[in-house]
Amino acid sequence: MLYTPAPMHIPDGFLSMLVSAVCWALTVIILAVALSQANKTFNERQIPLMGVMAAFIFAAQMINFPVAGGTSGHLLGGALAAILLGPWAGMLVMMAVIAVQGLLFQDGGLLAMGANILNMGLLAVTVAYGLYRTVLNRPRGLKLAVAGIAAWLSVMTGALATALQIWLSGNAKLEIILPAMLGIHALIGLGEALITVAALAFIFKTRPDLLEGGETVRGGRGWIVTGLLITLAVVLLAPLASANPDGLEHVAINMGFHTTGQAAPYEFLPDYTIPFLGATPLSTILAGALGVLMVLALAFLIGRLVLKKP
Amino acid sequence: MPIVHETKPVIPLLTSCDGDVLHIEHLNFAYPDGHVALRDVSLNLCAGEKVALVGPNGAGKSTLMLHLNGILNGNGNITVGGLASNKENLPIIRAMVGMVFQNPDDQLFSPTVFEDVAFGPLHMGIAEAEIKVRVTAALTQVRMSGYAERLSHHLSMGEKKRIAIATVLSMNPQILILDEPSAGLDPRARRGLINLLDELPVTMLVSTHDMTMVRDLFPRMVVMDEGRIVADGLTARLLKDEALLEAHGLEKP
Amino acid sequence: MHDNVFDRYRPGDSILHRLDPPLKVVVTVAFIISNVLLPDAAWLAFGLSWLLILASSQMAGLGIGYTTRRSVVALPFALAAITAIFSVPGNALADWHIGATPLTVTDAGLLRFASIMLRAWLSVQGAILLVATTRFPDLIHALEHLRLPKLLVTIIAFLYRYLFVLTDEVLRMLRARMARSAAMPGQQSGGSLLWRAKVTGNMVGQLFLRSYERSDRIYNAMLARGYTGQIRTLNPHVMKGRDWLFATLAAAAFTLLQIIGRM
Repeated sequence: MLYTPAPMHIPDGFLSMLVSAVCWALTVIILAVALSQANKTFNERQIPLMGVMAAFIFAAQMINFPVAGGTSGHLLGGALAAILLGPWAGMLVMMAVIAVQGLLFQDGGLLAMGANILNMGLLAVTVAYGLYRTVLNRPRGLKLAVAGIAAWLSVMTGALATALQIWLSGNAKLEIILPAMLGIHALIGLGEALITVAALAFIFKTRPDLLEGGETVRGGRGWIVTGLLITLAVVLLAPLASANPDGLEHVAINMGFHTTGQAAPYEFLPDYTIPFLGATPLSTILAGALGVLMVLALAFLIGRLVLKKP
Repeated sequence: MPIVHETKPVIPLLTSCDGDVLHIEHLNFAYPDGHVALRDVSLNLCAGEKVALVGPNGAGKSTLMLHLNGILNGNGNITVGGLASNKENLPIIRAMVGMVFQNPDDQLFSPTVFEDVAFGPLHMGIAEAEIKVRVTAALTQVRMSGYAERLSHHLSMGEKKRIAIATVLSMNPQILILDEPSAGLDPRARRGLINLLDELPVTMLVSTHDMTMVRDLFPRMVVMDEGRIVADGLTARLLKDEALLEAHGLEKP
Repeated sequence: MHDNVFDRYRPGDSILHRLDPPLKVVVTVAFIISNVLLPDAAWLAFGLSWLLILASSQMAGLGIGYTTRRSVVALPFALAAITAIFSVPGNALADWHIGATPLTVTDAGLLRFASIMLRAWLSVQGAILLVATTRFPDLIHALEHLRLPKLLVTIIAFLYRYLFVLTDEVLRMLRARMARSAAMPGQQSGGSLLWRAKVTGNMVGQLFLRSYERSDRIYNAMLARGYTGQIRTLNPHVMKGRDWLFATLAAAAFTLLQIIGRM
């Protein structure tokens, strides 16, 4: 009971070399930005704070609550970390939690760790903070409500990304894994939302200064745009893909991710052809959405980094 | 019951030194929320002295201790080993004042014992070879040699307390400040710790509620209440003053 | 009590225990990459990979079956791979319909599923071997030598240290909750789902506040010992002759596995 693996940690072997490498690359880039932000804006007090907060998220994941029929829910913590610590510190803290879970407990693989950090750490923090940022100066009730939605969406975002990565690796059928992952995590996300809201409500009551004071480094308005874009992607992509998986399949094959069984798995630098004039209109939309999203997220992060430099 | 401080004349110092190790003059401090924690505190400590600091919770003992190496900064003069406590001297003063916090889990923040004992010397900028010598010496002093590679979370409370003392001994401090060293220890570990403190040839200021330890170990005792020093003198004499003990919530051992 | 729950290190003095930790990390990752790169149905290569693990486990003094016994952690995720059975084109073996979705079990699909499971199972054993023969603090230092930024390494080191302290606090809280969760005979206990979630949330909030205050005290303890914002560490690392030998042998073995896997 002490340590229960969460269902979203991808073990090694489930992702292809290419997908693992791309996820690691994205993770490294985003973490590099987070680190440079940390070095610029954090004070020395933040180092022990982030360290203990990482242990806090880890320990908080052990507090379970019985849901029904012998199953129990527990926290993943991405949204809570984002709201309590701000986006950059939240990302670094979640990175540490996922890294230790993979390294020490084999909960999630090492090669797959890039994907795991991306899904449960970086994406979850970004979408949760983006949404929460919209109500930063609003009444507490509204903040709590949005925090709940943000927590639920952070779990759904992670689940969607996980499903897509396994499918892109050619190791699952999209029309099964997508509804399955999203269905399970819609429930898990509900638990996440309930605990996150209750925990925040408790902190609002006892130490409101920690949530409303300016001590932790907060993100700018760019987070709102990024958060809403990811939300939009989750909301649109999930039903679209479930309804017509062939389109997405087609895109993946063209993008070189998806090997259909016989192709040599060691070719991990395939032709990178994005089918903007692809066969079906749907594939075009989805390829566009996926690509634009990735590019926007990256551009935003890099843009912030460049702009902040004197 | 209102406590009257002025009625008790402060017993003169035992030694005639002028505070060659620690000299505090008219120190006042209030927390940002307005709570006044220190009122006109003056205190002298001489080389080799072992002094107990007693008083009820909230008397200002911990606040006073946090001033001794510049974690808090009130109004007044503090001199450590002849050096005025200011921003410039702070790094040297932090090396001279060895601060041992109450909860060893806060003090031992590194995964291994070696890393924790080496943390102080390392941040003082001491050379690598010298650091290893100091770590070994500090661990020997607290009778924990051979523990360098142990993991902090595997240690017992008594072991943690000893290692916590080693983490500051490795900085070769001129004065040790200990907050509640015997709290949370079982009788045997407590006895071992008292023997250790007795043996250590370092000037000490020890905050505690453990009056038996005060009687057995500290020739001099300072009583604080409501941010003031209300008595300072020979332990043997002050412990006989039942009115003083009563007024400040202290128990006779 | 944590000794068995959180510590995956098994003390020993074998060659594997004494190898350079950064090298062990690199070799473990290389082993996992080797597994992932093996083609589907490379049974001989999968088998030899497992033999490597068994032999290492034995050499480390853990007993031959140690990693295999502990490798079940990856199993819950198997469900996600089961759909591979239907997703790889090949000769149809069986047909089903779930609603409107046709599910065709193919021979290539079955091979893919079995291969994924084997890759996951072998990889997780490699990782288990790594943490069983390397103390976690040494692993943290290894990350530093592998050029992981210092801030990340420091956060991980703090996480590891306070994992034990905070999970102890959680256990005490859970016990206190249990001690007060009584139920009358025949009555359902625990209140509504919302109420239970609220109690859990309060515990999380409480834990946060305690952790936050603790980080303040730790910061003071660091300041008192000369911390000025830069974390310094002292952990020299030298590759010895046996480390180079081991690295060469591992590289040769993994290359051979890839060749065998493609024959």
